[in-house]
Amino acid sequence: MNVKRLTARIVASAIALFASTASVLAQATPGQPEPGGLWLQPAASEQAQRINDFNFDLLIIITIITVFVFLLMFYVMWRFREKANPVPSKVTHNFALEVIWTLTPVLILIGIGVVSLPLLYWQDQVPETDMAIHVTGNQWNWTYSYPDHGDIELTANVVPDATFVNASDRAAAEAELSSFLGWPAKLNARLLDTDYRVVLPVNTKIKVQLTASDVLHAWTVPAFGVKLDAVPGRLNETWFEANQTGVFYGQCSELCGKDHAFMPIAVEVVTKEQFARWVELQGGTITAEADAPTLGR
Amino acid sequence: MAHENPTGWKRWLFSTNHKDIGVMYLWFAFIAGMIGFGMSGLIRMELMNPGVDVIPSVFGMTEDQARHMFNVLTTGHGLIMVFFMVMPALIGGFGNYFVPLMIGAPDMAFPRMNNISFWLMPPAFILLLLSTFVEGPSGMNGFGGGWTAYAPLSTSGHPGPSMDLAIFSLHVAGASSIMGAINYITTIFNMRAPGMTMHKMPLFSWSILITAFLLVLSLPVLAGAITMLLTDRNFGTTFFDPAGGGDPILFQHLFWFFGHPEVYIMILPAFGIISHIVSTFSKKPIFGYLGMAYAMAAIGFIGFVVWAHHMYTVGLDVDTKAYFVAATMVIAVPTGVKIFSWIATMWGGSIRFTVPMMYAIAFILLFTLGGVTGVVLSNAGADVALHDTYYVVAHFHYVLSLGAVFAIFAGLYYWIGKMSGKQYPEGLAKIQFWITFVGVNMIFFPQHFLGLQGMPRRYVDYPDAMAYWNQISSYGYLVTLVGVFLFIVVMAMTIFKRQKDCADNPWGEGATTLEWTLSSPPPFHQFNELPQIK
Repeated sequence: MNVKRLTARIVASAIALFASTASVLAQATPGQPEPGGLWLQPAASEQAQRINDFNFDLLIIITIITVFVFLLMFYVMWRFREKANPVPSKVTHNFALEVIWTLTPVLILIGIGVVSLPLLYWQDQVPETDMAIHVTGNQWNWTYSYPDHGDIELTANVVPDATFVNASDRAAAEAELSSFLGWPAKLNARLLDTDYRVVLPVNTKIKVQLTASDVLHAWTVPAFGVKLDAVPGRLNETWFEANQTGVFYGQCSELCGKDHAFMPIAVEVVTKEQFARWVELQGGTITAEADAPTLGR
Repeated sequence: MAHENPTGWKRWLFSTNHKDIGVMYLWFAFIAGMIGFGMSGLIRMELMNPGVDVIPSVFGMTEDQARHMFNVLTTGHGLIMVFFMVMPALIGGFGNYFVPLMIGAPDMAFPRMNNISFWLMPPAFILLLLSTFVEGPSGMNGFGGGWTAYAPLSTSGHPGPSMDLAIFSLHVAGASSIMGAINYITTIFNMRAPGMTMHKMPLFSWSILITAFLLVLSLPVLAGAITMLLTDRNFGTTFFDPAGGGDPILFQHLFWFFGHPEVYIMILPAFGIISHIVSTFSKKPIFGYLGMAYAMAAIGFIGFVVWAHHMYTVGLDVDTKAYFVAATMVIAVPTGVKIFSWIATMWGGSIRFTVPMMYAIAFILLFTLGGVTGVVLSNAGADVALHDTYYVVAHFHYVLSLGAVFAIFAGLYYWIGKMSGKQYPEGLAKIQFWITFVGVNMIFFPQHFLGLQGMPRRYVDYPDAMAYWNQISSYGYLVTLVGVFLFIVVMAMTIFKRQKDCADNPWGEGATTLEWTLSSPPPFHQFNELPQIK
């Protein structure tokens, strides 16, 4: 039938469109949103990759369902309009049909669940990690400490808008950040950059321990596939392993008051050697490397 | 007749007539809706371009105050649209007016309680509006903690009396809704006309009955939760304060145990209205009537056991999350039954595309779209990327703003002739539909992209990369503004018509429920002799 062929063609072209969109987005800058972007930020960890893949599978399923319902509706609207069908039928029951449209969604959902639940368990179980960071959400900044590397502690505040407008302020902020990191650094984006950055080694399983000092906050880095609430009186745990170097941004994702939109997260992922140099620069100890288990394991 | 019909202000203030109370509810919802819609306008205009500039210039305040004001606006928009627009319109308005008519009853079971149910709403609304003018966080006015009012932002985060007023507002609105719900349950169980068994009852009455049960079971939990907030704030208890052995997450469990049924409270009456309209304009009885009724009951029941899917990122245990994933996905099954049954009702019908039917079809399509993004969000694994982003905002506006609100529009166009005796102008109303349809989709579809890109909700300002879709979304608001303006014009043209021109049954053979057997508008008291249902 004509409609069937049309349906197949539209579904196929929709999938092709999404596939091409996804391939375009693969070239986007990792770690931050893209102007006019349509899809998830490129993944920089296995979690994010699996989340992106799963979301893409879901997108295909929901697109097929939506297109099916829309086309069915359009066909009904055209075929059974008053002019084309002046005498309505009297059919109000069809047991077989009702069973089919109850069981088909059940099967689709079971199909989704079979992929969804293993992903959930894999994400949620913190594996043997190599190091930990301790994150505290405050109104309105983040405090980070490195329990495995001595007493390094830093507080990251948003870089104010004015700094991006005024060239000399910007140069000063970048110089301060560079001296903190120990290598030259540039500010990238308004409302994403912080005055100091969390520095973490690449290809290292990192445990994140989260709490908050006043109200709820949520620590989020889309490129790592991580989002977890910081709750006063609780210690929440999650983990990730960044698989590329670079600066990755996120933003507080739980309403925390007036400056909720002004407490971003900036993570600079560097090589393990660079990380060791930075720890030394900060006066921390590097004894707690991957092969020397200590605190926070 | 035993007594004279009251006239003038007494008719409204002392009203015990379900039709008058229904009309008052509709006007109340209209006024509150305009205020809520205005708030969303300020939100969208602020977000049209990066930077915080619109709110400071509109209110003449500093940027610091504006950042808080934005949160007050999103909070107010949410609370007003939920408690003072959608619920009064669907349950109080259409429910009061049409449930007694449809089941062949002379009035509601407790007419005086019906009166107080309505008259508690204006004070509740005034309390909420007042809360924006008194101190919230130190030095700033209004409560900006979101409609969810999560502790501790709603306790230690807002020391001023603003939050207390908001709590009282919800207490009063909740008492109103509980009394309304008791009234509906009693009316529907006891006052059906002879011969109208439960399984012959129109689907809108079914939807109101199920909604009433959800209200009676869920609102006391909200009342308890916000009372605990109140004592935490003022009387030194520490239910939600870890310093005294409490837990902020407890509030979220209590809130969402109410909050999730609440979203079905908003959508079930919409389902009922859509069923009537689809059946009327397809000239066919509803397909799979029993399946439709019990699908709503199933949605209502499951609605009570899925609340923690709003809390996937708070640090729940993984087995708990797995359960809520599975339970949440189950909702898609009865919802699918409803969507397919509506399409099957149209199948083989003789479809007339009047304005209510256009709104009903748009409802079915857009609710499907909002529903499938709900399936995505139900997966805790995928939700990590989307939780608390604009994807969620897009999702719930597709099911509520383009779902419940479209059903309100559909119901108004469907029944305005019956309620006022005057029919709306079809041509202009069609234009109104198309402008609104384009506008709201333009607002909310791009928000999926923003959410996927990682834009968190309740943000007064965003990174420059997110400007593109935010701008399109804000342009969509301007289109919708034209649609809303036209809506007012269409309704004014209808209501202020010189003579009554609506037949008893303007929709023909497809309209089979009892309200169409009465005159338009119906007499002040109807069914003094109860109709016999075959």
